Amino acid sequence: MFETTDLNQRNRQVESRVKTLFLLMTLLLILPVLVILTMLVIKGGPMLSIDFLFTEPTQGMTAGGILPALVGTVWLVVVALLASVPFGVAAALYLSEYAADNWLTRIINLAIINLAGVPSIVHALFGVGAFVLFFRFGTSILAASLTLAVMTLPVVIVSTREALQAVPHAFREACWNMGATRWQTIRRVVLPNSISGILTGVILEVSRTAGETAPIMFTGAAFYLPFLPQSVYDQTMAMSLHLFVISTQVPDVPEGLPYGVALVLIGMVLSMNALSIAFRTYLRGKKKW
Amino acid sequence: MVTDEGRTAVDGSTRDGAEVKLSVRDLSISYGDKTVLSGVSFDVEEHEIFGIIGPANSGKTSFLRALNRMDDFIPEMQVEGEVLFNGMEVRRWRNVYALRRRIGVVFPLPVGLPLSIYDNVALSPQLSGIKDKTVLDETVERCLRRAALWDEVKDRLDSLGSLLSGGQQQRLTIARALSQEPELLLLDEFSIAVDPVTTMRIEDVLKELKQEMTIILVTNLVQQARRLADRTAFFLSGELVEVAATEDLFTGQVQDARSRDYVEGRFG
Ligand SMILES: Nc1ncnc2c1ncn2[C@@H]1O[C@H](COP(=O)(O)OP(=O)(O)O)[C@@H](O)[C@H]1O
Ligand SMILES: [Mg+2]
Repeated sequence: MFETTDLNQRNRQVESRVKTLFLLMTLLLILPVLVILTMLVIKGGPMLSIDFLFTEPTQGMTAGGILPALVGTVWLVVVALLASVPFGVAAALYLSEYAADNWLTRIINLAIINLAGVPSIVHALFGVGAFVLFFRFGTSILAASLTLAVMTLPVVIVSTREALQAVPHAFREACWNMGATRWQTIRRVVLPNSISGILTGVILEVSRTAGETAPIMFTGAAFYLPFLPQSVYDQTMAMSLHLFVISTQVPDVPEGLPYGVALVLIGMVLSMNALSIAFRTYLRGKKKW
Repeated sequence: MVTDEGRTAVDGSTRDGAEVKLSVRDLSISYGDKTVLSGVSFDVEEHEIFGIIGPANSGKTSFLRALNRMDDFIPEMQVEGEVLFNGMEVRRWRNVYALRRRIGVVFPLPVGLPLSIYDNVALSPQLSGIKDKTVLDETVERCLRRAALWDEVKDRLDSLGSLLSGGQQQRLTIARALSQEPELLLLDEFSIAVDPVTTMRIEDVLKELKQEMTIILVTNLVQQARRLADRTAFFLSGELVEVAATEDLFTGQVQDARSRDYVEGRFG
């Protein structure tokens, strides 16, 4: 009754071929990552040294190190986080713990989704208009970081909200039933059990911010500025822009130099990601329910 | 057990002279345009265990939610009619949080909060402003003892409450409810996820607690109502079929034939 018919046989062959094809296409995805990393390590590796990290660029950026860009990127990321995390977490708490499902909430959600879809060059122009010109921050770390903050806000909100939603609703109900206010419930039960997820999201955000070029290009990052910034009102060099500049704008740059800069940048981003993954794994081991 | 004839009148009305703890008048509950409880009225006396039985979806849980105004957290839930707790309509309590503290709730599935065992029980006193460590220590021990859990957890009060076994978590939930020093304790099918031995232990605890508070026991086990409740209400599809002395209900002295069918297991 259930003999192997030709049709059955063919189905099985197709099945295995399709599976192999999909596998190959998946493996193909890894290829670019491998190639990029290998190239960077081979070509940029020899550039790396303590001096490279801790001295300023010299001879029209064709020699020397990357210190101002490195420090500048840290400034940009830290100031951007200081702006985006409080706002993002507050917004996520409101949306997750307080907001009723009404037209206002739906509009806010729509705005967040759309904000996430805005191209970074548009954010850059918004940053120029809003922070550089309107608020008169000039081209400065402050203006650039705020632009980055606006750009990353939706991601912070969404990842925080997901972390909050991962805390079972039953815990909230139990608290409310014992006479806790919403805020008491958030402080005693919801936040302590989602803070890890929130931080994971924030770390991932950092790594994304560090690599952005367009939003900072017109708002605060400088082409060439061999000094360390003294305050948020200064301009600064940044890793991502520096890489762009020496790769395309400056003549006679030794071949290894851009690779070295790229390697450091990717090293920063990947170590952030690794930190966030390690953090998540650690917390999963400490699961509380 | 209701053996004393004078204690509960045959028709299930409250006995003369008893204090009324909770009074429900023409209570209706709906979610959106779906009515799940309509026109329910009865009184619950102080120091009685008041049973509520009925098949799933008959509105028992929704009824409990209306008592401590959980509808504040459920936008689509509408409550009409009156719920008088200590003679005061619950919506007119100025401090709803104080109202909720006086009403302890135990859920069908045990909810150990992801806090230490100690903090699970100390949380409610802490939220109401008590900081004194000796007072908290004393409260934690007393409540865990009364919930018959102390001996099992006294050496590990710092470990997580949410990682206890189901039966232990349910007793932890009861200890937590007791830490509110409630006047009214609501239990919603507490034995659903609890082993029979723990169920028996909790039932013994409830018989003791009855001396100090009023208990409303929603149960999916009709025999549990028979064992514990002084009077029992039968809910069916959002309707209160009848309230009767538990003994009457189980000996067939009912006003509505559906009640007899239900307790005898002929439907539901
Ligand atoms: N939050 C809610 N939103 C919409 N409908 C609900 C909600 N909670 C309960 N219901 C509905 O109300 C009815 C009664 O439910 P419930 O009060 O839980 O009954 P029981 O506890 O007797 O099983 C059910 O039909 C259920 O689907
Ligand atoms: Mg129920």
